Amino acid sequence: MKAPKRKIKPEKRTKPKLAVIKFTSCDGCQLSLLDAEDALLDVADAVEIAYFVEARDRRLPGPYDVTLVEGSISMPEHIEQIQEIREQSKFLIAIGACATAGGIQALRNWRNVDDFVRMVYAHPEYIDTLETSTPISEYVQVDFELRGCPINKHQLLDVVTSLLIGKQPRTPTYSVCMECKRRGTPCVMVSKGVPCLGPVTQAGCNAICPSVNRGCFGCYGPMEAPNTESLGQHLLDIGAAPGEVVRLFRNFSGYAEDFRLASDAFEEMMA
Amino acid sequence: MPELTPTIGAFVSIEKGRLQNVMDALKAAGYTLVGPTLDEGAIVYDEIEGVADLPRGWTDRQEPASYRLQRREDDAYFGYVVGPHSWKKFLLPPRRTLMRVVKKEGAFVVVDEEEPAPRYAFIGVRGCEMQAIHIQDRVFLGGPYQDPGYRARRQQAFVLAVNCTEPGGTCFCASMGTGPEVGLGYDLALTELDDIFIVEIGSELGATMMRETDWRPAGAFELQQARDALAEARRNMGRQLDTTDLPNLLYKNLEHARWDQVADRCLSCGNCTMVCPTCFCQDVLDVSDLKGETFERVWVWDSCFSIDYSHVHGGNIRPHTRARYRQWLTHKFASWIDQFGVIGCVGCGRCITWCPVGIDVTEEIDAIRGEV
Ligand code: SF4
Ligand code: SF4
Ligand code: SF4
Ligand code: SF4
Repeated sequence: MKAPKRKIKPEKRTKPKLAVIKFTSCDGCQLSLLDAEDALLDVADAVEIAYFVEARDRRLPGPYDVTLVEGSISMPEHIEQIQEIREQSKFLIAIGACATAGGIQALRNWRNVDDFVRMVYAHPEYIDTLETSTPISEYVQVDFELRGCPINKHQLLDVVTSLLIGKQPRTPTYSVCMECKRRGTPCVMVSKGVPCLGPVTQAGCNAICPSVNRGCFGCYGPMEAPNTESLGQHLLDIGAAPGEVVRLFRNFSGYAEDFRLASDAFEEMMA
Repeated sequence: MPELTPTIGAFVSIEKGRLQNVMDALKAAGYTLVGPTLDEGAIVYDEIEGVADLPRGWTDRQEPASYRLQRREDDAYFGYVVGPHSWKKFLLPPRRTLMRVVKKEGAFVVVDEEEPAPRYAFIGVRGCEMQAIHIQDRVFLGGPYQDPGYRARRQQAFVLAVNCTEPGGTCFCASMGTGPEVGLGYDLALTELDDIFIVEIGSELGATMMRETDWRPAGAFELQQARDALAEARRNMGRQLDTTDLPNLLYKNLEHARWDQVADRCLSCGNCTMVCPTCFCQDVLDVSDLKGETFERVWVWDSCFSIDYSHVHGGNIRPHTRARYRQWLTHKFASWIDQFGVIGCVGCGRCITWCPVGIDVTEEIDAIRGEV
């Protein structure tokens, strides 16, 4: 990640301008920023919040120094909008499973979207939507991706801080298991036979799901070099049905390449 | 009571319930008791108040990638083996702040915030675990650069050890020469029989902690029972490992086809290194506040299975799982000896039980040996 070389002094009038933009999403990731409480005041102190509809009415035009983009690209007008935002942004960060992998709404990518539209809306003719829901990087160059559904506010603050003071952000790409073990949670898969995607999913959430006795469902997306084949095979060995394995991979980050290929492969196995 | 404190090296017997007196004496002496206790679905190490917090009447069934708690038919206090935690959790916590730096009047000042090390009494340290502590002593206290945090916690730790009479399904301490009986280094060591504990006094401090406990010298019959139980345990190990000439075996087979096969299964998830009581690898992070005025240097458990770990100037020296798995196995069973003069594995079986896909170090080594 390219970060500014020198620390930007917050006292100066040349505060970096921050924009927070949303596409197809639930707003949960933006809320992580609002949820940062005390740190949010520091953020407001250190940057000029130029565009953040969720937080304030004032909307300043670009260009922006840092733009956080939430949500997936799922409607025709999004394509032009994201290109415009890219042009207006020095540093563009995609935040959350929607912006980095297409989100849960990317489940439509496996079906014909018109069928859904007909089923859900009384007037399907009013609906203008793309056939797929895809990550921001599908359309423009993204400078940094922050994973999760929702993102972790500590990771977000670390990335923003890194940009402000010119250091490398620390966003580990190893497995959720590492965090699970550090916090001392007994593995739910080994001790209870609960299917868990932790060994193929990127850390960052601090293993919340296993800590409350649930398997990880992969919302942080694939870890570095995930061995989905071995894990999926093991899940079958411990009694999961192939359909379960498919559903596990095809989840909040299911359209991320490694998970997509895995769910497709196990689906093929069922056929 | 024949005398107030037993002598070092003595074997005495106490009624099982009297263990509480020993724990009370430890607490009165300012120790924080940590020991086995039931958590969600597993026996973990945590702070305990007394014998009531021990997983009495429970046992653990362990196989590769499988751990299940089960009720015992008796109400033994220590009728299980080791779980997902190890004592490194206390001696070498997963996350430590090494130092803090704050900006004061335009200058950066190092605030040395070394917290006073807790005084732990470890309740229920098994033979393999005692050796694991000795191994980490070599890592952190051997040589010219010692870890002050580790040293402080280690020096004031009290060790109440327990001999294993019922090994678990993935245990192979007998092969590694670390159990089922605890080796040197404890303050007190228990062997659990049907109605009594036999207590071996390992140190002056241990003897002192027996002062408030009603004890008597152990009888010849009781001692024989304890010896028989340990001999039986040695015969019942869940696993075995032929340790003959391990370093050469591994060094000569760095290109063995088995590494490719295991790499197909291995998830590179790092669980084996996290649960291993001797693995010590760490990452050091600098965490800053938004204003760039307060920095913390933080130490966290890392693993040779994470890709970043092997990133050196110019690239990554272990880009594939095959190389990472080989690093782990050869470090534990070969290069550890070159580095610290002792083998890095104590045969506790944790890496086998807690590997999500059940990769078994003994099986991997056997496979390599079988081909040569
Ligand atoms: S519970 Fe899941 S994340 Fe935790 S160690 Fe087990 S497999 Fe990994
Ligand atoms: S390598 Fe495995 S068996 Fe050996 S000490 Fe580590 S966890 Fe225990
Ligand atoms: S096996 Fe890996 S994690 Fe363990 S001590 Fe060796 S290099 Fe470190
Ligand atoms: S051997 Fe098992 S626990 Fe270790 S990294 Fe591979 S899959 Fe994970």
